Amino acid sequence: MNADDRPTVRPGGALRRIAALIRKETYQLLRDPSSVAIGIVMPLLLLVLFGYGLNLDVKNVPVALVMEDTSSDARGAASGFELSEYFDTVTVKTMAEAERLLLAKTVNAIVRIPSDFARRVELGSAEIQVIVHGTDANTARISLGYAQGAVGTWLAREAARGRLLAPASISIENRLWFNEANESTYFLVPGLIVLVMTLIGALLTALVVAREWERGTFEALFVTPVRSVEVLLGKTVPYFVLGMIGLALSVIGSLLLFGVPLRGSVLVLTGVSILYLLVALGIGLVISSAMKSQFLASQICMVVTFLPAMMLSGFMFDLRSMPWVIQLVTYVFPARYFVSLLQTLFLAGNVWSVILPNAAVLAAMATLLMGLAVRLTRKRIG
Amino acid sequence: MIETLFRILALMRKELLVILKDPRGRITLFVPPILQCLIFGYAATYDLSNVPYALVDHDRSAASRALAARLDGSGIFSRIATPEQTELAAAYLDNRRAVVIVVISRDFERNLNAGQPAPVQVIADGRNSNTAGIAQGYVGTVAATFGQEWRASHGLPGEAVRLTTRAWYNPSLETRWNMIPSLIGTITMLMTMMLTAMSVAREREEGTFDQLLVAPFRPTEIMIGKAVPSMMVGIVQSTLIFLVALFWFRIPFAGSYAVLYLGLVLFLAAAIGIGLFLSSIAANMQQAMILTFVLLMPFMLLSGLMSPAENMPMALQYFTMINPLHYAISITREVYLEGAGLDQLLPDMLALVAIAAVTLPFAAWLFRNRLV
Repeated sequence: MNADDRPTVRPGGALRRIAALIRKETYQLLRDPSSVAIGIVMPLLLLVLFGYGLNLDVKNVPVALVMEDTSSDARGAASGFELSEYFDTVTVKTMAEAERLLLAKTVNAIVRIPSDFARRVELGSAEIQVIVHGTDANTARISLGYAQGAVGTWLAREAARGRLLAPASISIENRLWFNEANESTYFLVPGLIVLVMTLIGALLTALVVAREWERGTFEALFVTPVRSVEVLLGKTVPYFVLGMIGLALSVIGSLLLFGVPLRGSVLVLTGVSILYLLVALGIGLVISSAMKSQFLASQICMVVTFLPAMMLSGFMFDLRSMPWVIQLVTYVFPARYFVSLLQTLFLAGNVWSVILPNAAVLAAMATLLMGLAVRLTRKRIG
Repeated sequence: MIETLFRILALMRKELLVILKDPRGRITLFVPPILQCLIFGYAATYDLSNVPYALVDHDRSAASRALAARLDGSGIFSRIATPEQTELAAAYLDNRRAVVIVVISRDFERNLNAGQPAPVQVIADGRNSNTAGIAQGYVGTVAATFGQEWRASHGLPGEAVRLTTRAWYNPSLETRWNMIPSLIGTITMLMTMMLTAMSVAREREEGTFDQLLVAPFRPTEIMIGKAVPSMMVGIVQSTLIFLVALFWFRIPFAGSYAVLYLGLVLFLAAAIGIGLFLSSIAANMQQAMILTFVLLMPFMLLSGLMSPAENMPMALQYFTMINPLHYAISITREVYLEGAGLDQLLPDMLALVAIAAVTLPFAAWLFRNRLV
């Protein structure tokens, strides 16, 4: 029997039935404090974590300064490091002592100014040795860049005093468009929103629907004159609202607390967020109808939604540098499209050449998943 | 004493049956860790291998062409356009076809030959400021090498002061080497904490937990019976990931297996303790899962996996003290890459023991003393 051609269904009753289902689902949602927690506490918690905790800027790197030369040139070069806000220097006498500090990870790098430094500066071929602890390769690489800057500062100071030492051959001026101040919170906000929406949309919905399957209350609903589409609508609307509340909190929080600019239009932002939320809800519904077990649904949701949103969305790691097989994998997950949209809308503005294709993919995914969800729920009662 | 042992064994057997009897469950527990390690091992790296760029060459000299050729031949940069003006190049950055725009100024060659700093501007897409900064660093390195060689080959004096750099333990500064050992702890914690948190919550929801409580089991026995199977699953998962790191990514293992596994067992005990604790305060599976996630997020984000813990403000650094993943990552990295011994890792291991020693008994106590 098909749920859609029941003769007893009165036309016009659909709205009333959906409204009743929404009311029931809303009561259930509000009664459990944990759902409210995920809608309100989670965005706020993530705001704080991303804003204050996940700091990719490298500052105050502890460095051991080995002064084998005590000439004024050596001290001048050392002051380049001491005065830099990127380094916290400890001066040690011998290389052996510095190596011990590096091994114990008391310092992350060694800067060694060799004993013939001053003599070789005059000859125009001095060297400063920098050794970094390579286990945290990213920090190490950034520190090496700053070391170059610290030496440059000293050379510039000497030049200002009229002593011309051959400067670096090429001067690089780095500019960062869309984020001139290089605030890492700016680029973390998209990640924040994507995680909040994914958790509420996919994970919470999957669990709630899987519970109904587990307990058999879903089947019970189908013997009532409610259609399967109506059941799904009634199920998803409250979680949709919860997701939008989470979005609003994250956006307002990042604008107010961190002064993140919103250069695109709020309307477009809302639109694409709705699309992504629909995709997430669709994933949640499909997984739960396929698994019918809360435990399996939650494990699978974590694997296909949460982790990809974190690792394969381009919010942390550069997508283009991944091997092509992994790049293909990223196209399957909706998070990459949403992150690209969010990054552009927040920092660049309404760039339609980015917005339209990404939004189109999300819309297609939403339609596909919702259709699949309806099919899956219908099939089970047949 | 013997009876306690039998009861625990019976409970463990039942617990393992619950976890493993469903073929879908077996697949969910053991296939995703391998896939995740493979995928994230490739994905989770800050190294850039493909940076599309637009070149604006105002100088049009032999030197500027040589620099551009150097970028093109680096294997990292691929030129997608050579517009006349920076304004025309902007479109490539806007629609994300290019990550950087390299602008070579008009007097580039003249300055270079005069021994003056030759100006190059590098404009990067700040929407992902991290990637942008790394790409700019790469351009800087290529340009510096080019400049030194140009001066040397044109009989000009070299730079007065040069930095010679070396990186210990990871000579080529690959972030992958750092990431993959960390994934052992991260992936295993995600899966085992969920597994444990759901296990008690599921029994509570289905009502079988009450039966367990009225059966002649002591809360401690239930706790051990629940914790050990999860730990076994966790050990298998981390071994799978370890094998992928060793044989697929071919990252040489520098330490001792005994130290690594001691660290993993302690870490799992701490993570499972937290999972059981959450599980015993949750009334149903939904609450258990949400609580787990609310904790997992800060655990993951503040673990040092993606950004170094030293950069965090003090208040959050205190939080990392109760974060088992923070210790697990530092243990796995140090054992794996540096071959650290027990003496170096003792503080981290003791911290894990402390977390387990608080959460596991507390969870056992909560089994009976929580009013549902």
